[in-house]
Amino acid sequence: MPIKLDKLDPNFKFLVASTPGGENITRCFACGTCTAGCPVRDIDERYNPRKIIHMVLLGMKDEVLKSDFVWLCSACYTCSERCPQEVYITELMTALRNIAVQEGYIHPAFTAQASALAKYGSLYEVGEFENKKRGNLGLPELQRKTEKTLEIFKSVGLDKVVQEEK
Amino acid sequence: MRYALFLGCTVPVRAMNYELSARKVAEVLGIEFIDMEDALCCGFPVKSINREASIIMAARNLALAEKQGLNICTLCSACTSVLTEVNKVLIEDEELREIINKKMGDIAYNGKVEVKHFSRILYEDFGVDRLKTFVERPLEGIKLAAHYGCHYLKPSEIYDGFDDPEQPKSLDLLIELTGAESVMYQGRGDCCGGAILGVEEEIALKMTKKKLDHVKAVGADAMISICPFCSVMYEGNQKKIEKEFDTKYGLPVLYYPQLLGLALGISPDELGFKLNRVKAKGLLAKLNGEKVSA
Repeated sequence: MPIKLDKLDPNFKFLVASTPGGENITRCFACGTCTAGCPVRDIDERYNPRKIIHMVLLGMKDEVLKSDFVWLCSACYTCSERCPQEVYITELMTALRNIAVQEGYIHPAFTAQASALAKYGSLYEVGEFENKKRGNLGLPELQRKTEKTLEIFKSVGLDKVVQEEK
Repeated sequence: MRYALFLGCTVPVRAMNYELSARKVAEVLGIEFIDMEDALCCGFPVKSINREASIIMAARNLALAEKQGLNICTLCSACTSVLTEVNKVLIEDEELREIINKKMGDIAYNGKVEVKHFSRILYEDFGVDRLKTFVERPLEGIKLAAHYGCHYLKPSEIYDGFDDPEQPKSLDLLIELTGAESVMYQGRGDCCGGAILGVEEEIALKMTKKKLDHVKAVGADAMISICPFCSVMYEGNQKKIEKEFDTKYGLPVLYYPQLLGLALGISPDELGFKLNRVKAKGLLAKLNGEKVSA
């Protein structure tokens, strides 16, 4: 689909640049070092960091935030290490995800992780079964509390993202 | 040497062999681990959706260790990266530290804690030469493929240059001190794909497969991992990959402390080998001098 000029948001790049992790986005000179070394791009062409950065710079806000590709970064930091302009692309992708969440777009995999943390105080349930197994191996009993995690989630508005009991 | 042991979420539930072997090895080496009872998740899983939440969670864990008067030892590389990154930011940015302390309310962090992965502690603080003096049983005759993973080395600016992210050697040296050979293979620095397993399984598994193929190509007896999620990918999902892509690996994936433990003379049982999904029978037989049929 061709770019529609009247749908572009010229301020999107400034929003990204003012979000932690996105500060250096306007430094990008599109060399493509990020994409060349990207292990995800190597498997699936939908994920292309240079293209995503360019879309942000053009102001394609909706196309970026509603996309599935912002969630495909595997956070390996290869691009960040090699970027000659210090765009810190991995952190930039985190910034884009953070903005997407604020705009109401979140990948269910991340909702599930936050929900597990709210429910168990850990990504995985630590109950009687797990502790019995640990005990048999001579490992100390483990207790995970949810109170502080929930407090933190609430203080930053993440409680709204967390899914109730499924 | 005393550390607050930060287990995180995955290790104590899905990688008990890692925890068991790390504790055992530490005991033999005289490294003392103190458990962190009120520790939260490190914050890594929520960084993508809310960076502030991950900072507060990490800060709280740092503050808890500071209260114990201890530096943190981690086992998971994702925990290591978030705790190290937030620690660096909070040490350098006093203003942010005050804001985060205010948000935490009941506890404060003053920037006095150091965070290190267990492998880095062994390499950097305990030292390769000193480790060698503890080797009771040299593991000669086996070829191993080191998997560093991403967050153990990167982003490099938070790790004070303890190793080179493009050409790392610390894990190879840790492997070789046991007497085993650390083999080179294509794509050593490649990512396991674990971070997007829940987002797009097919891509993640293809990333995992790529490395399994490269490791198989050089005929390694096992792969050595230092992160529970990398092991979930290479070991936990190995059968699934074999099935989906109609191939066969049968490649054991050991945690580094399991390997080191063998060299220290600890029995496989005590190192949790029974919990390894891909059994290391062939490798153990080889070490016992038995002939192994392929």
